[in-house]
Amino acid sequence: MKIIACIKQVPDSEAKVKADGGQISWGDAPLVINPFDEYAVEGALQQKEATNGTVTAICIGPETAKEALKHALAMGADEAILISDPALNNMDTLGAAKVLASAIQKIGADMIIFGRQTLDNGAGVTPAQTARLTGYPMLGLAGNIKVNERSVIVERVLEEGKQILKANLPAVISVVQSIGEPRYPSFMGIRKASKAEIPVWSLSDLGISAPSEMIKRDELMTPPARETVVEMITGESPAEIAEKLADKIIAEKVL
Amino acid sequence: MKTLVYIDHFKGAVQPSSWEALGVAKKFGSAVAVVFGENANDVAKSAFEHGADEVFVADDSSLKDYLPETYASTLSALASTLNPNLILFPTTARTRELAAMCAVDLNTNVMTDLTGLEANGDSFVATRPIYEAKLFEKVNCVGKPVMATLRGRAFPKPNQETGKSGTITKVDAKGEAKSTVEGYSASESAVNLGDASIIVSGGRGVSNNPSLTPPAGLDEKQAEIWRAQQGFALVTDLAKVLGGAVGASRAAVDAGYIPYSHQVGQTGKVVAPDLYIANGISGAIQHLVGMRNAKVIVAINKDADAPIFKAARYGVVGDLFEIVPALTEAFKKKLGK
Repeated sequence: MKIIACIKQVPDSEAKVKADGGQISWGDAPLVINPFDEYAVEGALQQKEATNGTVTAICIGPETAKEALKHALAMGADEAILISDPALNNMDTLGAAKVLASAIQKIGADMIIFGRQTLDNGAGVTPAQTARLTGYPMLGLAGNIKVNERSVIVERVLEEGKQILKANLPAVISVVQSIGEPRYPSFMGIRKASKAEIPVWSLSDLGISAPSEMIKRDELMTPPARETVVEMITGESPAEIAEKLADKIIAEKVL
Repeated sequence: MKTLVYIDHFKGAVQPSSWEALGVAKKFGSAVAVVFGENANDVAKSAFEHGADEVFVADDSSLKDYLPETYASTLSALASTLNPNLILFPTTARTRELAAMCAVDLNTNVMTDLTGLEANGDSFVATRPIYEAKLFEKVNCVGKPVMATLRGRAFPKPNQETGKSGTITKVDAKGEAKSTVEGYSASESAVNLGDASIIVSGGRGVSNNPSLTPPAGLDEKQAEIWRAQQGFALVTDLAKVLGGAVGASRAAVDAGYIPYSHQVGQTGKVVAPDLYIANGISGAIQHLVGMRNAKVIVAINKDADAPIFKAARYGVVGDLFEIVPALTEAFKKKLGK
């Protein structure tokens, strides 16, 4: 089975992200594979093992995003492709989905796995938009994937509980953390990844023009810093502490 | 200005932020509610009471269960006919997919998880968090119609006018299903952290009660999970007396103490309740990004140096197994429950 894992590179979660002259800056914080997408790679590798398949990791981004693809290779992906084009500098979720859909069609796949959302934009709509564009079924927020010949069953984690969905392959799947802890890159994997030549595709390699940007940013804002001063509640006994704390909470008028 | 509002529900139980979306639509002009699926007529009645001017219902048997493809085709067809300026959704697992697909069909795009939305001539300016709410951006959608999902509890809930009614128009289901629902698992209780105004959470610390003796025959890991479940029972009791939802840190979820759907923070849910009580949660950055916008944060932890206290308004350094039950009792007494 041929599996594609779609990943993105983002600033690390610990980065102090700021608005700097209308641009987003994260100082010297490292760029990493989107944490949600590590689960996508993990899910893809589980299916590779279950079906004796292959995993191709793909990523849209600048040249530096090869590092995120190398992480996927080090985890065990078989190949990686970077899609990079200056025309993609201003790209919204639908634009990303159009580029990914054409790359998926060019590569050919039985299963396309995404993380549920990215840490940066956080819209979480690209997987479903990619599914709609390719015409493949969308199986979102899967915590578990089982392939049986040409069909796939996933357990979706929804607000109301779990839903079991079945569809024919090829299918687009987004995964959540219940899929399993992402494996650590092995020593061999890291060596292999460091030597890997990652092909770079431009829009002309995909035979498409730059998608037009539907959602435009007018302004960036830094949220006002919250100065919370913690008030420690103490007392002679748990009952006394609880009594004082309950009064404080009631006085906040949040109940 | 005409706005379509998609009312998201599960077997007739409406996601409350659907009503908030109706309230926003009314502010701009006429609000047309759209309800699909099982029990759609009951939901439609409720939509009128929450401000809808008219309601379109599709309750064909093919729409009994939510499936993204059929719901999207039906909604896209309706939007093409009604030609609204704006389509609003509450932000839920279903609507992120549904809105995403409709945006493809209608050749526009969707602005998700908005905390603000203002009209600007015949266009709209939306405010939304990015980078885990470290920044906010103002965006506009140049496609037509403008589509947006609204963050739960970010907009006021309209007053309910009991008995208000109106015309319900039936529409046909469109599109072809690409998957089948094989069932639902009842093993997990419903968790709706996004709409909860009070969240009581537990972390790794809830398993750390040495005074408990697990039943015989459990191995070490099973005993740890058993202990954690006793701890989460205390957290749940407190949540119940406050009418809140139960949350958890990633550490607690990863350790197998509680299902993933309870997880607050990065790779889980980002929440902004009025009250957040963190029990036995140290406060890793990945958790803090998920809850630091709560109005009042209370932290109970035995480690006085735990980073969670830096985000908290009130803190207790102590044993949660003593403090939490005492707090539940104190609230029972004070709230007359």
